[in-house]
Amino acid sequence: MSDQTRIRNFSIIAHIDHGKSTLADRLLEATGAVAERDMREQLLDTMDIERERGITIKANAVRLEYLANDGEVYTLNLIDTPGHVDFSYEVSRSLAACEGALLLVDAAQGVEAQTLANAYLAIDSGLEIIPVVNKIDLPSAEPERVAAELLGILGGSQDDVVQVSAKSGSGIPDLLEVIVKRLPPPSGREVAPLRAMVFDSYYDTYRGVVCSIRVVDGAIAKGEHVRFMATDLADAADEIGVLQPEALQVENLATGEVGYLITGVKEIDLIRVGDTVTDAAYPATEGLPGYQEPKPMVFSGLFPTDGDEFERLREALDKLRLNDSSLVYQPETSRALGFGFRCGFLGLLHMEIVRERLEREYDLDLVATAPSVEYEAHLTDGSTVRVRSPQDLPDAQVLADISEPFVKVMIITPSEYVGTVMELVQQRRGRMGEMTYLTPERVELHYEVPLAEIVFDFFDQLKSRTRGYASMDYEPGDYRLSDLVRVNILLNGVPVDAFSSIVHKERAYRYGRAMVERLRKLIPRQLFDVPVQAAVGSRIIARETIKAQRKDVTAKCYGGDITRKRKLLERQKEGKRRMKMVGQVEVPQEAFISALRIDE
Amino acid sequence: MSDRSVAVDEAAGERAAYIHIPFCHRRCPYCDFAVVDLEEEPAVVDRYVDALATEIALEPEWAPLHAINLGGGTPSVLAAGQIERVLEALSARFGIAPGAEVSIEANPEDWTRSHAASLRRLGVNRVSLGVQSFDGDVLRSLGRNHDPRMAVAAVENSSSAGYENVNVDLIFGTPGESVASWCETVATAVQLDARHLSAYALTVERGTALSRAIRAGSPAPDEDDLADKYEELVDMLPSRLIHYEVSNWAEAGSECRYNLTTWAQGEYLGFGLGAHGHRDGVRRRNVRRLDVYLSSIEEKRRPEAGREQLDPWARDKERVFLGLRRRDGVRAGRAGAALWDSEAGRRFARAGVVDLVAGRLVVLEPLLTDAVAREVLALAEPQAG
Repeated sequence: MSDQTRIRNFSIIAHIDHGKSTLADRLLEATGAVAERDMREQLLDTMDIERERGITIKANAVRLEYLANDGEVYTLNLIDTPGHVDFSYEVSRSLAACEGALLLVDAAQGVEAQTLANAYLAIDSGLEIIPVVNKIDLPSAEPERVAAELLGILGGSQDDVVQVSAKSGSGIPDLLEVIVKRLPPPSGREVAPLRAMVFDSYYDTYRGVVCSIRVVDGAIAKGEHVRFMATDLADAADEIGVLQPEALQVENLATGEVGYLITGVKEIDLIRVGDTVTDAAYPATEGLPGYQEPKPMVFSGLFPTDGDEFERLREALDKLRLNDSSLVYQPETSRALGFGFRCGFLGLLHMEIVRERLEREYDLDLVATAPSVEYEAHLTDGSTVRVRSPQDLPDAQVLADISEPFVKVMIITPSEYVGTVMELVQQRRGRMGEMTYLTPERVELHYEVPLAEIVFDFFDQLKSRTRGYASMDYEPGDYRLSDLVRVNILLNGVPVDAFSSIVHKERAYRYGRAMVERLRKLIPRQLFDVPVQAAVGSRIIARETIKAQRKDVTAKCYGGDITRKRKLLERQKEGKRRMKMVGQVEVPQEAFISALRIDE
Repeated sequence: MSDRSVAVDEAAGERAAYIHIPFCHRRCPYCDFAVVDLEEEPAVVDRYVDALATEIALEPEWAPLHAINLGGGTPSVLAAGQIERVLEALSARFGIAPGAEVSIEANPEDWTRSHAASLRRLGVNRVSLGVQSFDGDVLRSLGRNHDPRMAVAAVENSSSAGYENVNVDLIFGTPGESVASWCETVATAVQLDARHLSAYALTVERGTALSRAIRAGSPAPDEDDLADKYEELVDMLPSRLIHYEVSNWAEAGSECRYNLTTWAQGEYLGFGLGAHGHRDGVRRRNVRRLDVYLSSIEEKRRPEAGREQLDPWARDKERVFLGLRRRDGVRAGRAGAALWDSEAGRRFARAGVVDLVAGRLVVLEPLLTDAVAREVLALAEPQAG
């Protein structure tokens, strides 16, 4: 199988729910890779959370053998890509392992921003794109309109668009032929030092780190010594193989081929997506282009609701990191929430997934502080401090100014909502960029917006203000100076670190007011009046008072009631034990969780 | 403190009995007692009275009773003959001490002049009338069957039948009840010259129609409204009515002896469906299902659903938690002293919520009694030495 001309490496680019996994399943069936009775729906998605959310977190690759109409057997490597912007670097590496991509769009939904962002990524990487319209058998399908939209983006003619129903399987044989005919074969140098790109890796308890690789130049053989160029780590290639989709060991992988590699490496940190594998004895002089270090964008404190669970949280994070080198964390102490970790995530979805996995797979009960971004604080002495948590912001006396990260946002919306979207972006301190009509009904808008505004509730707002029709995507931009302040929340005069936040000066009042009102409702009345204040520096910008409790007695206690009432009081006291004491104020755990929930 | 405090503690030495009569014409939306719908089960009343007599006979002998309380449910739905059977069974098994308090709870609509008189002749000498309010709208919200006029008549019928002690039972804080309406109710109760007054904040018990309605969006009783009305009540009552427990007022010597016994951690027997008793340091409770109750009794088995016996430290904490409800407080003892010395105790003392007077722990703000009781119950036993 060393003939590159009979290899086709490709990905499927699609929005959530547009049918990527179903299409992958059909391709596997049609090529006989999986017997129909063995099919577990959506085979490529392995983790429960992925299956439930209908998204894929980790890229993976499946090798299909396809007997084409020309009588030749082709090797099709279907390389799965993560579907979300948080993982755009991983997407870019998966795409770099391909020569082509299927751009899959739901016939009833049309193109979404995320799909388009990934399509642009694929076009920029020089991939050949095959537009595919899916779900053509839905009653609400508009395949012509959607095809027109796709052609507006990609160019080409109506005949280039393949129409399928992944659910029923119709159009699949045509699609396979198109893949063979239209996608180019790999064109690596066969006689050259080995260069293979790692486009995915995961940790297996028994085997250590398993990486997915695409051989670009040369070949890799079982047992040879290889070197990971970015981390400069050398080890033996203990096992190589392909996934069909079950693992099949092979003796070697030739130029253009895709498969997996297992070395003796046990730490996921040491094998990075985008790194180049070369022959340790005859190394390539240069790695493959495009490698980047993983960079967290969004930060949040995670604290166990039960302080005794801190060690379990640490163990759980350690285990998650085995499989996810982009997750970073360091211990953090909060006066209000106790011991926890400041965690860095690639984006909001990544944060949600990690939290959900910690709660579900490790059975932890967590409080998460409001997500924040990494600020640059410029000090009067000319130095710069990176600030990942509001508490880390240096004092005003030594602070010259603050920069914050901006992102480039792309939004696709029906044209009737353009005004609404512009208004939202303006409220969020965004700057207008280009605006393109994809069709008369659909507009592509570009903005630059502070990431901090995006992590707040931008996406939810966009969805609700456009009745769910707009979609968005973003990519990192640069740092810019902003007029930012830290708002502290004081309970009975004592600052509560978990509630402080760095916000734009013009938003400080709104944030402060919202927080003190929320806390007044959430914190039960105490024996005395409790002031709840929001402050910038020493200036109080908002205040509410939790009035002293006036009644805490059950009306009736009769002979039949004594045991029950005693137990009730004991239970209530147990509940109070779980409260945190902040400045002599008893604050229920629930108040922290609810106050920090941004969707209310 | 006063001699009365001592009298209050001596109630611990009295012997009482509680008889539960579960029948009601209909269940009130706020009630979570063991109740049987009389309309559905009219024939079962005689069988139930038989069962009560049998249960009383099954109880080991004791000393003569100082207080008997017929509660419910609605004991006033029983015919005089049925009440007579119960009292005779008690008298035959334990004896009834001379001058004992024999009290019955009654709904105004049942409390006709003749019914009041015939029960009085059987030896019932105290009646607790479920008046709740003198405002017709409030009574309707509470799902009561009587109107204000019947309530007034019921108080008058009690006096004319020669009851020594009449209690007017009120509920405040019903959603929709104004402060003015409540004050009107209190004024009417005072005019009627009852010797005893109970005023209970409307409480939302789990599993009641009221709690379901509130979950579905009906207004809930409001803390500030309840506190306002309680304070109005305290201000309005004449000095002859002494505030002797969180929710109870009485003329001197007319305090409810049965209730004093329970708050003094005294002993009492409980008979009937869901009834609780406290004897020889053991708290017992009966089953709450009518069919199970009847069949156990008919098989001559005590219908016990559970029992509890506390260790000495927990028992002392229970004594203080119960005693704190009384306005004269409770002899501090070990648990009271431990509270006074605790961080929480100091906090309460600073806030003016509790005081220690002549060895008695007293709650100065009765509306915060549970806040104190919770801390008492959570106390760890101090190590000797």
